[in-house]
Amino acid sequence: MTANTQNPGLVKSPAISKYLPPLPLLPLQPVLARIVKTIVRRQPGLFARLGPGTKKKFLIDPTNLPIVFLLEPDPQNPKLTAIDRRKDIERDVYIGGTFMTLLRMIDSQTDSDALFFSRDLKVSGDSEAMVALRNALDDMDSTLADDVAAAFGPLAKPMRSFLDSFNKIAESKS
Amino acid sequence: MTEPFKPELVCPAGTPASLRTAVDAGADAIYCGFQGPTNARNFPGLNFTPEEMEQSARYAQDHGAKILAAINSFPTAGRTDIWKSAIDDAVRIGVDAIIVADIGMARYLHRDHPDQRIHLSVQAGASSPEAINYYCKHFDVKRVVLPRILTVAEIKQVHDAIPCEIEAFVFGNIGMMAEGRCALSSYATGISTNLDGACSAAHCVHYNEDEQGNMTTRLGEFAIDRYSRNESAGYPVICKGRYNSEHKTEYYAFEEPVSLNLTRLLPDLIKAGVTALKIEGRQRSRAYIRNVVSAFRQTVDAYAAGEDPDITDLLALTEGHRQNEGAFRSKTWK
Repeated sequence: MTANTQNPGLVKSPAISKYLPPLPLLPLQPVLARIVKTIVRRQPGLFARLGPGTKKKFLIDPTNLPIVFLLEPDPQNPKLTAIDRRKDIERDVYIGGTFMTLLRMIDSQTDSDALFFSRDLKVSGDSEAMVALRNALDDMDSTLADDVAAAFGPLAKPMRSFLDSFNKIAESKS
Repeated sequence: MTEPFKPELVCPAGTPASLRTAVDAGADAIYCGFQGPTNARNFPGLNFTPEEMEQSARYAQDHGAKILAAINSFPTAGRTDIWKSAIDDAVRIGVDAIIVADIGMARYLHRDHPDQRIHLSVQAGASSPEAINYYCKHFDVKRVVLPRILTVAEIKQVHDAIPCEIEAFVFGNIGMMAEGRCALSSYATGISTNLDGACSAAHCVHYNEDEQGNMTTRLGEFAIDRYSRNESAGYPVICKGRYNSEHKTEYYAFEEPVSLNLTRLLPDLIKAGVTALKIEGRQRSRAYIRNVVSAFRQTVDAYAAGEDPDITDLLALTEGHRQNEGAFRSKTWK
């Protein structure tokens, strides 16, 4: 499957972003680069499980935020980039859900199949790459959210507490 | 006073991390497979390399759990070496049992590794005492995993007529199809559940959602279901799709997307002679494994202690958010 920009799951102008000026995403990119580097360092087996999925582009859409993330898990040059959702974005795989849903999923608090059954998780595109990513991320003793927190170095503990508080809110609402 | 019988809780694992999660959640045994076509969950990013299997076996056994290697798909001519190699690796690693379905691999295992414990996979589709006794007599099979088409009363009848242990599914996919013989996915994709280990091969699955939020699931060239906005979805498999015909529209031609949950039938299963209770779902996440295994651990322990268990609600993890007791209570379920 070739990458494309057609994506019925992606709402380009949700209420939150409709009237916003262009988003200042530049300061966010080094943080995301640091997160990716931390994940690669802490999870060396990730790429082997991803297989051909390492060459794919995964669009991760927190549907209630004005930005989306593009993950390119190439072992030679892994990238995670924040992008204004109003832009056309070339991707192979689309994964969408509210920020809370995605957080609980990457923190292994909830099962992605169950989220798919309940329609809280929306997916489209290259299913093989999508399944490989899901399984690769699941083969960790820590969670992806742990790695995100670890990327903040000395602030890892407060960051983890911050994510935990989000999880608690999400759990109380589920 | 004799201790009440406590059945073995057999749990799935698709990755080493899942296996450790299952062990830590209280599994007595974990079943898992090698990467490639030798087992019936051959999905991208799933399963174990021989090295991972070896490390995982040590982890399980060091924590008092058994490890069961599922080598339960069917080799075709010219490919049997792949299956034999997997069997040789599993024996070398020291797994507690190997689960096989193919009669040729059962013979190979029994002949070349006579000390290795053999379990007969559900994929073998052995549901009568005659069939099971044949495997026991010729290959010294120690346990049979029964197809999910028998009532508890029928399981008791089988138990009384066979020399080996019985393992029964208690949670997960209902699997009413003739196991090991289903060709629906193969018809749609050209890739076989039984020969390649992949039901609804991922690269043949496509989801499309329209602007109204209706999602269409396709397998190969076939649309197998269309879910309206916020309607619960199921796995992208032919047997759980809704179809139109001359006489009916949008009807489940084979089965509905419902999960098996036998929590309330566990005492009856144990009385019927079931030795091991199996949870389905090697393709599921650690979160699923942690929740389901913990729930069944508590329930089994409570029943064994003569207590009334607090039955944890696992509905959120079920397919289509629905559950029933399949054929185990009655043949008339749908």
